[in-house]
Amino acid sequence: MAGPVIEARGLGLTFQTGDGPVHALKDVNLTIGRGDFVSFIGPSGCGKTTFLRAIAALEQPTEGTLTVNGMTPEQARKSRAYGYVFQAAGLYPWRTIAGNVRLPLEIMGFSKVEQEARVNNVLQLVDLEGFGKKFPWQLSGGMQQRASIARALAFDADILLMDEPFGALDEIVRDRLNEELLKLWARTGKTIGFVTHSIPEAVYLSTRIVVMSPRPGRITDVIDSPLPKERPLDIRDSAEFIAIAHRVREGLRAGHSYEV
Amino acid sequence: MKAVVPILTVLAVIVALWYAAAVWMNAPWERDQAARAGTAITFAQLLPLTMVQERPVLPAPHQVAVGLWEGLAGQAITSKRSLVYHGWVTLSATLLGFAIGTTAGVLLAVGIVHNRAMDLSVMPWAIASQTIPILAIAPMIIVVLNSVGVSGLLPKAIISAYLSFFPVVVGMVKGLRSPDAMQLDLLRTYNASRAATFWKLRLPASMPYLFTSLKVGIAAALVGAIVGELPTGAVAGLGARLLQGSYYGQTVQIWAALFTAAFAAAALVALIGAVQRVTLRRMGMAR
Ligand SMILES: Nc1ncnc2c1ncn2[C@@H]1O[C@H](COP(=O)(O)OP(=O)(O)OP(=O)(O)O)[C@@H](O)[C@H]1O
Ligand SMILES: [Mg+2]
Repeated sequence: MAGPVIEARGLGLTFQTGDGPVHALKDVNLTIGRGDFVSFIGPSGCGKTTFLRAIAALEQPTEGTLTVNGMTPEQARKSRAYGYVFQAAGLYPWRTIAGNVRLPLEIMGFSKVEQEARVNNVLQLVDLEGFGKKFPWQLSGGMQQRASIARALAFDADILLMDEPFGALDEIVRDRLNEELLKLWARTGKTIGFVTHSIPEAVYLSTRIVVMSPRPGRITDVIDSPLPKERPLDIRDSAEFIAIAHRVREGLRAGHSYEV
Repeated sequence: MKAVVPILTVLAVIVALWYAAAVWMNAPWERDQAARAGTAITFAQLLPLTMVQERPVLPAPHQVAVGLWEGLAGQAITSKRSLVYHGWVTLSATLLGFAIGTTAGVLLAVGIVHNRAMDLSVMPWAIASQTIPILAIAPMIIVVLNSVGVSGLLPKAIISAYLSFFPVVVGMVKGLRSPDAMQLDLLRTYNASRAATFWKLRLPASMPYLFTSLKVGIAAALVGAIVGELPTGAVAGLGARLLQGSYYGQTVQIWAALFTAAFAAAALVALIGAVQRVTLRRMGMAR
């Protein structure tokens, strides 16, 4: 499939609330290509979640156009274009880890044999083989979040949308999961949209960093990362890394001075 | 095991208070008798007499215990004087009513959660139905059903159902709505149908709520069955025993029937508790 995976043109999204309209997104233009790892960073309320939800057809844009694999977001959803990972793992307590990963497969009507094979495959991908029979409460927070990533990968969508998936985890676990996510991305070649509040996380993971600012929510900078695809954790001490992080920080600061 | 000591202590205190109350409440009658016979009676003479009256105002615990034992074990269980017989009459109406009430409650809850019109219309009626005193409506149900030729078990079961559907509706609506926005959004990203959302998310999520309501519901169903036996001068059932006991001043019989009802309620609630534990453990929801 040629062409962009996600394309937003003049995208706007206004929530009508009790105390007037909230411009969650305004005039957003962005093109995401196949295999990109795009991070969205910006202060709270700048519309990162809203943008991701619009891509996933969980919100309706009020202006502009948004296409996913050349289709409307709804059509893309029907063709199982994306998996969505929320901030909380949100595993069903009454299902085992394998049962949770199987959930989308059951709903989408995969055969029993196929379900089994896919569950095993993705559990291996997130390093959870052997934990399939455990219940969520028997796993640590980091493992639960990995299981929720496995669940999003199970039906082999080629887009992965992740909204602060590691936001609730501690620094050390987060570092490990970041490394693993990069490996997983390299192995699967998926297109990833990733929301974060952490500058180092955004720089470490992404091929492109989208800096956003609030009121109205808009894109203020898009940075193409010159970092190589192969990224050991200590790349974060390199001059290149620090330079990008600096530019992101400047972008965030500039966005902030807008208001006042 | 540690729980046993406090429970026994409380029980001992209750029994002691009960004995004291029995003496106090039955004493006037003994004094009356003595006064009529023109004799004086001392407290020491009076005390044992208050424990063995034929028709005490408040029977002493051991009298109730004897009445209970004779009613439960001292008769053939087919005898009209057997509490097992009467208990079973009431219990069968309770169970049938509970089954009807639970089914109706669950179906109404499913409707309320999935249909906006039902959401707006059913709940106020359900609440209104519970504000009508059951004692007022029970005779009408019995009489109306009797006039169309339905009598026996079913009218009582319907009164049971009337009382037991309500906690089930309330609990199930809450349970079916317990999944949060994120869990519902997750299913939307799978393009899940409403049916799939119901079977895979809403229903399993509602299980703890369901069991809590069932415990309330079964106790209410038992009350309903007993109340259903009161207005018609029913000849069988714990309600009938209560009524006859009060006609003839057989307080021991009343208390024995009351205790049978209480034990039955406790056993039913415990049974549901056991099913709850097994089910939730199977589901992995109990740790
Ligand atoms: N359903 C909604 N109804 C009304 N307003 C909303 C709704 N969802 C989001 N908003 C508003 O839209 C704006 C953008 O919200 P959004 O959740 O996208 O921000 P965010 O960048 O994800 O913030 P955070 O970093 O805190 O997660 C905020 O002002 C928010 O209050
Ligand atoms: Mg957000």
